[in-house]
Amino acid sequence: MIVAKGLTKRFGDVLAVDDLDLDVKSGEIFGFLGPNGAGKTTTIRMLSALISPTSGQAKVAGYEVGRDDNEIRRIAGILTESPGLYDRLSAERNLSFFAELHDVEDVAGQVERYLRLLGLWDRRGDVAATFSKGMRQKLAIARAMLHEPTVLFLDEPTAGLDPEMARLVREFIGELKDEGRTIFLSTHNLDEADRLCDRIAVVNTGLLALDTPEALRAKLYDRVVVVHLSAASPAYEKVVSEQPFVRSVELKDNKLVVGLDDPEKNNPELIRALVDAGADIQFVGELRRSLEEIYLRLVK
Amino acid sequence: MRKVWVIARKEWAEVFKNRFVLFTVVFMPLMMTALPLVILYTMGTTEEMAGFSTADMPASFADLCEGMSGETCGQYFIVSQFMLLFMLLPLAIPATFASYSIVGEKTTRTLEPVLATPVTTFELLAGKAVAAALPAIGATWLSFSIFSLGVAILTEGPGLLRQVTGPLWLFAIVVVGPLLAVASVSIAIMVSSRANDPRVAEQISMLVILPLLGLFFAQISGLIFINETMILWMAIGVTVLDVGLLAFATQLFQREAILTRWK
Repeated sequence: MIVAKGLTKRFGDVLAVDDLDLDVKSGEIFGFLGPNGAGKTTTIRMLSALISPTSGQAKVAGYEVGRDDNEIRRIAGILTESPGLYDRLSAERNLSFFAELHDVEDVAGQVERYLRLLGLWDRRGDVAATFSKGMRQKLAIARAMLHEPTVLFLDEPTAGLDPEMARLVREFIGELKDEGRTIFLSTHNLDEADRLCDRIAVVNTGLLALDTPEALRAKLYDRVVVVHLSAASPAYEKVVSEQPFVRSVELKDNKLVVGLDDPEKNNPELIRALVDAGADIQFVGELRRSLEEIYLRLVK
Repeated sequence: MRKVWVIARKEWAEVFKNRFVLFTVVFMPLMMTALPLVILYTMGTTEEMAGFSTADMPASFADLCEGMSGETCGQYFIVSQFMLLFMLLPLAIPATFASYSIVGEKTTRTLEPVLATPVTTFELLAGKAVAAALPAIGATWLSFSIFSLGVAILTEGPGLLRQVTGPLWLFAIVVVGPLLAVASVSIAIMVSSRANDPRVAEQISMLVILPLLGLFFAQISGLIFINETMILWMAIGVTVLDVGLLAFATQLFQREAILTRWK
């Protein structure tokens, strides 16, 4: 759905995006992570045909950035970093203006649909200046959806929202994916990216990594299991370290933290060896690396 | 053209909620209309005007009074001092309107979502220009019509009304007025691309009225008297200026420049 090859953007001497290659599949939520100044917003602006690349190519739904910009603007929706609402206009008037710019046929109907979907219908006549941050963000999301885009660029959709509002927005993003839309999600909320995204790109001007969250974990870290024992002993650590498939072992309180190549295959043998050595095993679990650990390792 | 209208309607819905802009669009035309009419009324009630003759007028102005009575010529002399003020309206109102409309969008960061829609740069610029220029042109024409009606009511005989609504001032108001509005909008767009505060943008854009004020004071002090030739040259000059200013303003009003350099 979105393909970028060697996408580069310079502002004078400043290199904002460097030789970026991306391939976003149709219907997936694609996470776009990176530190501040990594070129995330610039990339979104290029892909949504707001600014042109210095070099490289990009296509959105088959339309080429720089050549078919108006077509891209027709099929793409964008939630900008700042909601950018007309504060003196009502919620309804804010949306109807954008619906008209997008040549929406049933302006009133579509405005009502999204105001209702996002729980703003009762406040439709109120000027945007009176809205809370969460309501403003919801109104901006509604604005991005009015023309039923097939591709949606979301730049920090839950930034600054309280947990309840952020969850509502996340659920709405999930519903959009269920409708088959492709979502390009830039966020600093790594837990959100982990939960929502099918694949993740980590960038810092250029591309650092691109894969599913699970694949990134596997690439960067050994798989680790934690064996909880009723009583710890250095003897158990020794038994474990003698197993050929064990890459690392560490005794922490009553827990053995064991690095394995293939836990699904190695766990039974490991547990058997410990039981034979007299260990009382309470339970065994896999230590899941957070996306934050993966991210920090990549960007440092 | 439909989107130009969509943008212009949005601008009016938004900017007219700004009390300062509303005050400028309503109060300035009211003042410019009332001032010459009050003076005309005051003159009509004084005895001195009855004995006025064209010989009392400056020689260069007396030529414009051909066929008028001395009293009518005296009235025209006084009223014509203020006629230029009607040309001030299409300069001042768009400067205020465009400053709030464009810098307002910058400060609230509303331009990016607009630029992400399939609206062309021309449609966006034209929408903003139309929104700023039309109220100014409308207010100017309405003020001038009310003024002409006032002249018809306050003066005896058609002499003064014929002068006020003659080709000279009709051309000035109907043709030169809109040309001045275009120049004002273009300058306001250029200034707004660099300013971050609507009031600063407005104050700088308002400098556009200085040449006209210069003419106004030159006429009041008797250095010049506005005549057909002068208005014609003004029309030609402003047309050339408009072409240059519009080209430059359009250059500044590029999508990428707006997003990355309008700070």
